[in-house]
Amino acid sequence: MSNDIFVLVEHRDGAVAESAYELLGRARELAAATSGAAVALVAGAAASLLASQLGAASRVIAVEDASLAEFTPAAWQAALAPLIAERQPLLLLVPNSGSGMDVAAGLSAATGLPLAAYAVDVAIAGGSPTVTCQLYAGKINVRVRFDGGRGIATVVAGAFPAAAGQAAGSPAVERVAPAAADARIRFRRLIRPEAGGVDITKESILVSIGRGIGEADNVELAERLAAALGGAVSSSRPVADAGWLPRTRQVGKSGLRVKPKLYLALGISGAPEHLEGMRDAELIVAVNTDAHAPIFGVAHYGAVADILEVMPALTQRLGG
Amino acid sequence: MELVVLVKQVPDLAEELEIDASGTDLAREWMSFVASEWDEYALEEALQLRDEAGGRVTCLALDTGSVDELLATCLARGADRAVKVGAFERGPDSHTAARAFAAALRTLPHDLVLTGVQAIDDLDGQVGPLVATELGLPHVSVVTHIKLAGSAATVHQEYAGGLVAEFEVDLPAVLGVQTSREAPRYAPVSRVRQIMKTAEMEQVDVAVAAGSGLTIEAMSVPETGRAAEMIAGSPGAVADRIAAILRERGIVKA
Ligand SMILES: Cc1cc2nc3c(=O)[nH]c(=O)nc-3n(C[C@H](O)[C@H](O)[C@H](O)COP(=O)(O)OP(=O)(O)OC[C@H]3O[C@@H](n4cnc5c(N)ncnc54)[C@H](O)[C@@H]3O)c2cc1C
Ligand SMILES: Nc1ncnc2c1ncn2[C@@H]1O[C@H](COP(=O)(O)O)[C@@H](O)[C@H]1O
Repeated sequence: MSNDIFVLVEHRDGAVAESAYELLGRARELAAATSGAAVALVAGAAASLLASQLGAASRVIAVEDASLAEFTPAAWQAALAPLIAERQPLLLLVPNSGSGMDVAAGLSAATGLPLAAYAVDVAIAGGSPTVTCQLYAGKINVRVRFDGGRGIATVVAGAFPAAAGQAAGSPAVERVAPAAADARIRFRRLIRPEAGGVDITKESILVSIGRGIGEADNVELAERLAAALGGAVSSSRPVADAGWLPRTRQVGKSGLRVKPKLYLALGISGAPEHLEGMRDAELIVAVNTDAHAPIFGVAHYGAVADILEVMPALTQRLGG
Repeated sequence: MELVVLVKQVPDLAEELEIDASGTDLAREWMSFVASEWDEYALEEALQLRDEAGGRVTCLALDTGSVDELLATCLARGADRAVKVGAFERGPDSHTAARAFAAALRTLPHDLVLTGVQAIDDLDGQVGPLVATELGLPHVSVVTHIKLAGSAATVHQEYAGGLVAEFEVDLPAVLGVQTSREAPRYAPVSRVRQIMKTAEMEQVDVAVAAGSGLTIEAMSVPETGRAAEMIAGSPGAVADRIAAILRERGIVKA
């Protein structure tokens, strides 16, 4: 048992992911409160080489093996579960990403440590962690405590500033071999997104539509508004899933992270997975028929109105 | 191919959620429930896989006393079998739910277990990986594009930025479905009603320990609507004000 705060580090192509810095920054603050250490946990074929990018950690545990060259949920769980069970950190922070969701729940089941998912805040109170989680697609927050005082939390992207976790230096590395192997899931290939005609990460004005657009024919209303504004149309996931816009226009967790001058969120509820892609926009204006939509929690201006009426009216006001 | 889909109902987010007097739970008396969106994708994908490979689709729901319509809808969409699991006063936490599903699955044939990637009401995590670990099966979450090939499946897992990994997974396995290849098929209400009257739902009893190891200290409504300055009035008035804001800020020409 220890008072250490572990951070599971995500990485790709030899580079540590932004999430690792967000979590390490917070882990350092928490470790200071528990008199423990902020420990970076990295798995991979050459995991120890990443230590030079993890200066904010007190030390690095590198689980290294050729079989960990590419992420698979089974290999990661087999390699990490015995290690977590043995080291008993006070808290293991995992990014709430596609792979993080898999690993965290698997580790929770395998180690018996409780799991608080969708964390937007983590604190130490009375020597043990308390975690604030989002429920109901961001409409409710709940603060929980681990019954045994120790546990795992998956943390939403952007919950903590990355800057606090970026520090120079190369901490001491402890290299360990994976405790077990599991090849029942085999990595085949990585599919990178096709470059679309429009790169929404480079646009300074985005007219972003969600399920509130209702049907494919209404997308044209957004196209006209975007033309009047000199911007481009982007969307939430359901609009891309329905095939009304290409996947390259999708903003959010499994889409792109954007930071335009203006983000018009039209008929988008503001689920956590969407917010993590756009909350840093300079100006956010949201229109939604639901006064309690979480999007209003990050918008600068909001209106409870029907977008099918507001879009043409605004296009007209802008001379479109 | 024995395909199993785990399904549940979640509160309808179109309605307002209220916190009860204890401050640690929702006021549940007036809440209305809908099928969890991602479970509908999981069921659609299971039906498509069955139509390709043959076999059976079995839907499992924890019996909270109000899942007949949910399961009847699954049957109306084309599932072959519906099973109620255990007896619960209300939906339990994810760990308890996973233990119950795992206990039921020990008695039911399964080559592929599909869950929704997540459910909006979830607190302590993902039922799929928990069920998988209880049963000693491999699991993949955030899955699209499932293809069966003999005793394995090829699946895609989505990451940020539109990156996708392709995995080959040995069966039996548990997959958390993010989206289906086609929009979930429609179940005519008349057919659901008829099934509710005539179909006998099967029941599997399970005995499992309850508890997720988490204690809720407080529940709160995040301060939505406070951060944003709200614009009142007709759609025309809203458009006027937004246009004015964009001009003031130099985002569009005056
Ligand atoms: C692993 C994972 C990754 C994900 N990645 C992403 C991602 O990258 N991007 C993403 O967006 N989502 C993502 N999601 C999905 C996310 O959880 C939500 O389901 C999604 O963001 C909801 O999109 P929406 O707001 O358009 O739809 P809904 O939540 O259905 O909201 C529609 C909104 O429109 C409003 N509305 C309806 N009609 C009108 C009208 N006429 N005028 C005005 N308002 C109206 C409603 O009040 C409602 O608020 C992901 C989910 C998972 C599990
Ligand atoms: N009663 C239940 N509680 C939790 N999960 C369930 C339940 N019934 C089915 N599930 C499945 O588990 C998935 C993930 O739920 P969760 O882990 O709560 O986000 C759901 O989409 C369902 O497929």
